[in-house]
Amino acid sequence: MFKKILIFILILIGVTFVTFSITKALPGDPVLNLVGERAQPEVIDKLRKELGINKDVFSQYFSYVKLLARGEFGRSYYTNRKVFDDLLKKFPNTLMLSLTAMIIAVPSGMFLGFICAWKKDKWIDKLFSFITLMGLSIPVFWGGLVIMLLFSLKFKLFPPSGTGNFKFIFLPALTLSIPAMSMLSRVTKTTLIDIFGMPYINTARSKGISEIKVNLIHVTKNALIPIITVIGLDFASYINGAVLTETIFGWDGIGRFIMEGILKRDYPVIMGCVIIGTFAFVIINTLVDLIYHFIDPRVSMYEIKG
Amino acid sequence: MKLKGKISLAILIIISFLSVTAHYITKYEPNAINLDCIKTAPGAEHLMGTDNKGRDIFSRILYGGRISIGIALTAAIFSMSIGLIAGVISGYYGGIIDTSIMSFVDFILSFPSLLLAIAISILFPPGIYTVIIAIVAVGWAPFARIIRGYVLTIKESTYIEAAKAIGCSNIRILLKHIIPQCIPLLIVMTGIKMGGYIITEASLSFLGLGAQPPMATWGSMVSAGRIYIASAPWIVFIPGFMIAVTAFCFNILGDELRDKYRIEIK
Repeated sequence: MFKKILIFILILIGVTFVTFSITKALPGDPVLNLVGERAQPEVIDKLRKELGINKDVFSQYFSYVKLLARGEFGRSYYTNRKVFDDLLKKFPNTLMLSLTAMIIAVPSGMFLGFICAWKKDKWIDKLFSFITLMGLSIPVFWGGLVIMLLFSLKFKLFPPSGTGNFKFIFLPALTLSIPAMSMLSRVTKTTLIDIFGMPYINTARSKGISEIKVNLIHVTKNALIPIITVIGLDFASYINGAVLTETIFGWDGIGRFIMEGILKRDYPVIMGCVIIGTFAFVIINTLVDLIYHFIDPRVSMYEIKG
Repeated sequence: MKLKGKISLAILIIISFLSVTAHYITKYEPNAINLDCIKTAPGAEHLMGTDNKGRDIFSRILYGGRISIGIALTAAIFSMSIGLIAGVISGYYGGIIDTSIMSFVDFILSFPSLLLAIAISILFPPGIYTVIIAIVAVGWAPFARIIRGYVLTIKESTYIEAAKAIGCSNIRILLKHIIPQCIPLLIVMTGIKMGGYIITEASLSFLGLGAQPPMATWGSMVSAGRIYIASAPWIVFIPGFMIAVTAFCFNILGDELRDKYRIEIK
């Protein structure tokens, strides 16, 4: 537990330090980079004092972190809007997309994994294993384009891009869920196969408990813990995937925001997205560890591999 | 090796061979713009059609394959080497060195890799080297973790004890006795990781952080062609398909290696 929190803090320091050094390394005045060139002179002077340009690097870094904590992420070079305000607006969209993807990925991944483990080495296992391995091999951005080509350009079932209700969210969420589903299915399969070999399953069977009951009560219950961990820890892949998926489907989240930032070399936007993305990820990761600890107090926090 | 593995290996060898000898195979220059045949569908003249600037997609695929596979291989070699050194030192010396190296590994692994790569790409100008740096910056960590675990188990073997007893220096034990033992494990792990490297390279190129135009890579071809998806879907479809097939073959090989050597890798 202690180690987890230590890493949590280390990551936050690491990220802010990286973005801080980028701010320093960028050409031009870091203060102007933060507030934009059209800011009032008094604001610039005040920030310059706060940032402490004349002080040593460490106190500059601390002032920078203080600014971040106040939501002062700088202004976009192009729109001159506050990056933080845009992030606040776009972050819920990304969260919604990830959650929808999760809602698709979790049951289907677990179901596929269960079938594979249950019918191990039968043709259906081989087929599903093949499909899930393919799901891990297809690049998200290309999978998204193929899905778009099929569902919206060919069959015209869903709009190809935009932000909005269920009709808009379905295709990007489906795209995003494919790698997560494949990963989850593989983990479920190996976990279940391990459990099928456990002595307590044999005991349950020899007691004469029906096959359905054995599967539902003994197997599922024990399999859930590692699976939940994977669902949580796999959140990184959602964040990685969101950057690519949102770009393709024009979903107005931080993923598309960062891509636009990269294309225009809009550094405050890129850094704001990197900071927010990492923070979200680290916080969720830590929460999952806590939940895990809560579900299964037997396991010490040290054994969880981040 | 199972049939699946053999087929995958054969496909990979064919793709690599065609990419390396691209010069002799296609008569079209990969970057030669020909405005007379824009967006030609695949056919006899242009095997995979042409893109929005009339460039031959087949030859761009072959030349792009050099870069995509080349970057993945280079990144694998660097990740492997750094991971080996870090893992061996961590496992062999233990103590505070071990704790600090492994905490750093945990730190790297608990970071969304694409965001880290994007952050790195701001520091360096976009290009092939930036992609390699971005992949290696994350890629060495799992190697270090696996190697460390392995070194911990072989450190206690009798032959290491014997080497110590006859007065071998730590450096000699590491170089002559421990590192050679780790090589097979390294090769297996590289096989498992290659598919992921191909995808990461493609994703970074897709985001415009990789090799810059007019140089072709599979990822950047998908990125450049995606606005033409309705009128000329092959511009997007073919390079993406190549990425998927290559990554898939590497993943099948990786799976077989994993089953054979029973390695658990996150």
